[in-house]
Amino acid sequence: MRYLWRRLGHAVLVLLGVSFLTFVLAGAAPGSFVDELRLDPRVSPETIEAMRVRYGLNDTLPGQYLRWLQSIGRGEFGFSIAYNGPVAPLLWPRIRNTLLLTVPATLLSWLIALPLGTWSAGRRGGWLDRVAAGATTTLLGIPELVLGLGLLLLAVRTGYLPVGGMTSLNFEEMGRWQRVRDVIVHLVLPVTALTLVSLPILVRHVRASVGEVVRARFIQAARASGVPERRLLVRHALRTAANPLISLFGLSLAGLLSASLVIETIMSWPGLGPLLLDAVAARDLHVVVAAVSCSTVLLVAGNLLADGLLYLADPRLRPERA
Amino acid sequence: MTSRPHPAGRNYHVTLLALVVVYLAAIFAGFLAPYDPSAQSRDFAFVPPTGLHWIDMSGAVHLRPFVYQEGRPYPLRFFVRGAPYRIARLFSSQRHLLGVDAPAALFLLGTDGFGRDQLSRLLYGAQISLFAGPLGAALSVVFGLVLGGLAGFFGGWVDAIIMRAGELFLAVPWYYLLFAVRMALPLRIEPQEAFAMILAIVAVVGWARPARLIRGVVLSGRTRDYVEAARALGASDLHVLRRHVLPQAFGVALTQAALLAPQYILAEATLSFFGLGVGEPVPSWGNMLAVLQRYDVLSSYWWMFLPGGALLAVFLLYYLLADALHERVAALPG
Repeated sequence: MRYLWRRLGHAVLVLLGVSFLTFVLAGAAPGSFVDELRLDPRVSPETIEAMRVRYGLNDTLPGQYLRWLQSIGRGEFGFSIAYNGPVAPLLWPRIRNTLLLTVPATLLSWLIALPLGTWSAGRRGGWLDRVAAGATTTLLGIPELVLGLGLLLLAVRTGYLPVGGMTSLNFEEMGRWQRVRDVIVHLVLPVTALTLVSLPILVRHVRASVGEVVRARFIQAARASGVPERRLLVRHALRTAANPLISLFGLSLAGLLSASLVIETIMSWPGLGPLLLDAVAARDLHVVVAAVSCSTVLLVAGNLLADGLLYLADPRLRPERA
Repeated sequence: MTSRPHPAGRNYHVTLLALVVVYLAAIFAGFLAPYDPSAQSRDFAFVPPTGLHWIDMSGAVHLRPFVYQEGRPYPLRFFVRGAPYRIARLFSSQRHLLGVDAPAALFLLGTDGFGRDQLSRLLYGAQISLFAGPLGAALSVVFGLVLGGLAGFFGGWVDAIIMRAGELFLAVPWYYLLFAVRMALPLRIEPQEAFAMILAIVAVVGWARPARLIRGVVLSGRTRDYVEAARALGASDLHVLRRHVLPQAFGVALTQAALLAPQYILAEATLSFFGLGVGEPVPSWGNMLAVLQRYDVLSSYWWMFLPGGALLAVFLLYYLLADALHERVAALPG
């Protein structure tokens, strides 16, 4: 357990560092939300000065950062000037919506990548391997922006799927199951986009890791003693390759979350991405810091999960039980 | 391993040649583009690509292709006089490769909502989109070389500070970091300054990964047997650095640059797409795509997707190049 505690402590330090870094980067910027108001002739300079004092914009950056940390203690995550309220109520539904996209996309891409990569590794140079290699290279070459727009075009042309958004217009009048169905229908397009973004990297790595194990002596020995090929791949090769693959799980989340920002915004899915972009455009400092920190929390949490899995899978990390 | 070339390695030269052609097209945008990229003609909003014909309505075949304008044919002309332009800020001219006579218009890739020629905008847009990426990548890699080199060479607290800082940059999902850094710069920015702004952003965003890799190379370089042997033979620090560590580090740096360049091209496109990068009326591939956020444009005008196609092609070329470079670096002895 010492290993996991150490990882957790490390994660907390990273989070503090990232939030401070964002605060300094974003807070050092010329122009704040209040300065944008200055352009409005109906707002007097006195009002602006009063707002600056009220929102603590005249304090030093470290001072503002400490006050932001205190507001986390109160469960507020800062104060959004654009929405004129605490940040937390804005944040929770956005986090939920982002998870609603990224969790199914992660599961789906692993469900496809594991068998596909293992199979490719088992039959190097075969037709499936070549098709998979060609497809992954092509997919890797498609930027998220273009992929998202292309899928939207597909939806517009075919008319089977809704174009963007999370719910239909008459969502309020629907029964519970209809609502679930409605959200799922809206999920299809963005989840497909995210799966296609993360899939090629996973397939490549699964193929490489399993392929490396397949060449090992003990696999050859097992093959020589007549273990069937399928059992060889799944029970022996895949299991031995589990370590790098679990690490890959943690690493691949970064790309997925990152792509999610673009896909969410293009497909107007109300996740963390659009929240951040709106906040950057409105110079809403605390929302920017909170959104960036939350994306980091999701990433770090995913990595902790990977660490936990690694801990379960690899007995070498558990010296006290050995 | 055997010496059989990798599939990506075989096409290495073809890939490089294709990229060079694309970049030359961007540099000579003024000559290749029929029009000025910001010249508007309100009568031609969202005009589909102009069709080139060889056979007229009477069935006669023409050697010189022509376009129709209100039923009348206008032949395609070469080296026509048009809007003045400058190439690489060095020499100026008014000659354009292609054109047609006045009442007719040559929109080979259609026009946008302001009646601006898509082909001209695509070519001029490439000047920003295609150059911001590699320059930004070069900047990040230089940062990475310096910081990673310092960390690896000195070790101790220098190493600790640089690497902990790098960890913070790597802990944030990439696009979130990009927009957070964007927040540090003024919201409204002159299109002329946007290019420098994007360079600054991506250089800050991307230094950490190259730095980490370079540090690894430098560290391992210090402990290799052949380095120890060289030291035992009396080689100085500088000699070891120059002869044994840097060549390896440059290989890694080059591969990193090839990997980062397309990512940064996309960073510019994404920033501009969401209205936080290069602004109108200066074209970039990102802000040209931004109009697709309108439903009517998305559903009706397919030629507005062309910058996306261009982005796709350049992306693929860069990936093939990075693959080939990676193979080469991996094949290096040592």
